[in-house]
Amino acid sequence: MNKEKMIDKKKLSGAEILIKALKGKDIKVIFGYPGGAVIDIFNLLYDTDIDFYLTRHEQGAVHAADGYARASGKPGVCIATSGPGATNLVTGIATAYMDSIPIVAITGQVPTSLIGNDAFQEVDTTGITRAITKHNYLVKDIDEFAQIIEEAFYIATTGRPGPVLIDIPKDIQQGKTSKIESGPINIPGYKPTLVGNMKQIKKAAEFIEKAKKPVIYAGGGIITSGASELLIKFAEKINTPVTTTLLGLGGFPGTHELFLGMLGMHGTQYANYAIMESDLIIAIGARFDDRVTGKISEFAPHAKIIHIDIDPASVGKNVRVDIPIVGDAKLVLKDLLKVVKPKKNEDWLKVVNAWKEKYPLRYEKKPNVVSPQYVVECIRDITKGNAIIATEVGQNQMWVAQYYKFDKPRTLLTSGGLGTMGYGFPAAIGAKIARPELPVFDIAGDGSIQMNIQELATAVTKNIGVKIVILNNGYLGMVRQWQELFYNKRYAATCLKTGALNPNKCKKVEMPLEYSPDFVKLAEAYGATGIRIYKNEEVKGAIKKALEIEGPVIIDCIIDSEENVFPMVPAGASLRQMIGGMA
Amino acid sequence: MKRIISVLVENKFGVLARVSEIFSSRGFNIESLSVGETLDSKLSRITIVVEGDNVVFEEIKKQLNKLINVIKVRDFTGVDHVEREMVLIKVNLSRKTRAELMEIVNIFRAKIVDVGKDAMTVEITGRDNKIQAFIELVKPFGIVEIVRTGKIAISRNKKKEENNG
Ligand SMILES: Cc1ncc(C[n+]2csc(CCOP(=O)(O)OP(=O)(O)O)c2C)c(N)n1
Repeated sequence: MNKEKMIDKKKLSGAEILIKALKGKDIKVIFGYPGGAVIDIFNLLYDTDIDFYLTRHEQGAVHAADGYARASGKPGVCIATSGPGATNLVTGIATAYMDSIPIVAITGQVPTSLIGNDAFQEVDTTGITRAITKHNYLVKDIDEFAQIIEEAFYIATTGRPGPVLIDIPKDIQQGKTSKIESGPINIPGYKPTLVGNMKQIKKAAEFIEKAKKPVIYAGGGIITSGASELLIKFAEKINTPVTTTLLGLGGFPGTHELFLGMLGMHGTQYANYAIMESDLIIAIGARFDDRVTGKISEFAPHAKIIHIDIDPASVGKNVRVDIPIVGDAKLVLKDLLKVVKPKKNEDWLKVVNAWKEKYPLRYEKKPNVVSPQYVVECIRDITKGNAIIATEVGQNQMWVAQYYKFDKPRTLLTSGGLGTMGYGFPAAIGAKIARPELPVFDIAGDGSIQMNIQELATAVTKNIGVKIVILNNGYLGMVRQWQELFYNKRYAATCLKTGALNPNKCKKVEMPLEYSPDFVKLAEAYGATGIRIYKNEEVKGAIKKALEIEGPVIIDCIIDSEENVFPMVPAGASLRQMIGGMA
Repeated sequence: MKRIISVLVENKFGVLARVSEIFSSRGFNIESLSVGETLDSKLSRITIVVEGDNVVFEEIKKQLNKLINVIKVRDFTGVDHVEREMVLIKVNLSRKTRAELMEIVNIFRAKIVDVGKDAMTVEITGRDNKIQAFIELVKPFGIVEIVRTGKIAISRNKKKEENNG
């Protein structure tokens, strides 16, 4: 070997640096879709033992990476080509951004010499994703590449997690460098605060001691930081009822006697009443989203607020906060537990428990249709809660939130912040790959499931046994519900049945061919199993049967077209104004 | 209320876009923005002047701090500081007006940087009110073109900022 070749041996191409770094980070699973601008990377992936999942749409890949991350707590990785591949990732990146999910998205880019030329399949990917990533990079110098990958994973997974995108021009993938290792990470502008200020924590403990009607309001931060067990200890020590956001579900056991269920627009009446009556709200890893607070000026009028969050920009953003504490939920709870005194709150719990009894979540089991709430309850019963549930967006999502008592963190995957239809199914695929030992369901609407139904091919070819339960009402149900309640039943563009242009026809339910598509046949077309049920008596059998089948299954549940999600706080109203509650 | 904010950032591509996007995505109009390297060539300082309400402004500062490449955000509202802006003004010139213009330039300690047959260019540096007064005085002569740097500011406090550069 001559000298030149020996030096060359120590050099790696950009694509090789990427693969080496991914292996070094113990990345075992990647979701994606190939194309000319990433062909060098795929060419190398081909020889690795990294499990690559070819989805049928880049949106499927990014949601699957997101579901993988939510179910496992590890970063999800997805890859797409330049231009249309990159733009197809956008919705999924935004979904992960809103819910603080760690994803590293890798995109190919045209060669650096062509950037800005409107080259074939060129878009300004870093520009397009700037507002929906925690950070993003365009690799311009191959010598910086190893360091960029290291930083990308670090930023995605630390502090308030979030998606990070790396855009890699083709010449960087092909070029060679001897700088193949990353150095220590030093980002002067990025130093997340993890430990809470002890003075503030002590002050919080004093407030808690004095409070007569405290409520804990927990969000997704509890799950992200792995603080669930500490939260249970904390709540039990101070005997304080706990309500969670949609993303906080599972962060506190759904069956715990201190649990109030979810609060907000479709929260329980007792959670909302408790918030409105409380004199102290202990918010942990939650951001006072408008779906939670209702009319903000009337939110919790008597309460002092303690706000614990890792993101200083979230603290005090939507509500005035009396004690802000910036830090990781787990570390802050640990410190708080040391200083807070045990407490009984007997009178307050009596009041809250009376509400619980008086205003329970209730639904009617109608004949000749399937009750969506009952489906959710049966899945929970049959799996004993030992399952992962993904949802789509709409009524299906809210019925899951209301009726599935999530006991463990990372068992609910749902698009909370962005509300992305089409999220659930690919996310369920990602979750099943992360936790193959658990049954994984996607509880879907007939509208949402069609947004990424092509991933049935991914599930079938890779034998990923996800169970899709379609709560089929023939409508874009949640929008139809708003039309019914606030738009005088003008069902504009929400009917999905055949003859949809004639709204009267949509009202009449004739089974099953009124429904489009025929989901059973569709499942079969993809090589999956389809089951259709029309009655509550069939629910348990169908779920059990689906669980016995190894591969993907669709259970098409024909539900009442005009079933609504109640209770409901109209958008912009105070949490006290709940309609459809069974008072 | 007008505010001046100074943002110390890593000197990397895309940073300026990120910083300005924080303002634009919240409907804030940036009145002026100037950027330059610091002593440390790896760092730049961006000085931004905006007008807007308190609550949103507080939010903007937090969001700026969240950006990975932002090292420090300083708000000069209520802080003892020196601020300056440089302006180049090209004014019409004729034999008749020459003397009068020169006098104004002298009074304001401005500098003539270029003189042509029928126009001259003046450089003036200073605070808002000085610049405004100068502009008002030369307006009647006919301003051909005006270019402003936007404001820069520095605190009077001797203490150096960390990562100052
Ligand atoms: C991508 C996307 N487009 C539109 C919406 C608006 N949207 C929210 S809920 C909903 C209806 C969902 O219908 P379906 O999936 O059938 O579920 P259902 O409410 O009937 O359970 C729509 C259209 C959205 N959230 N996401």
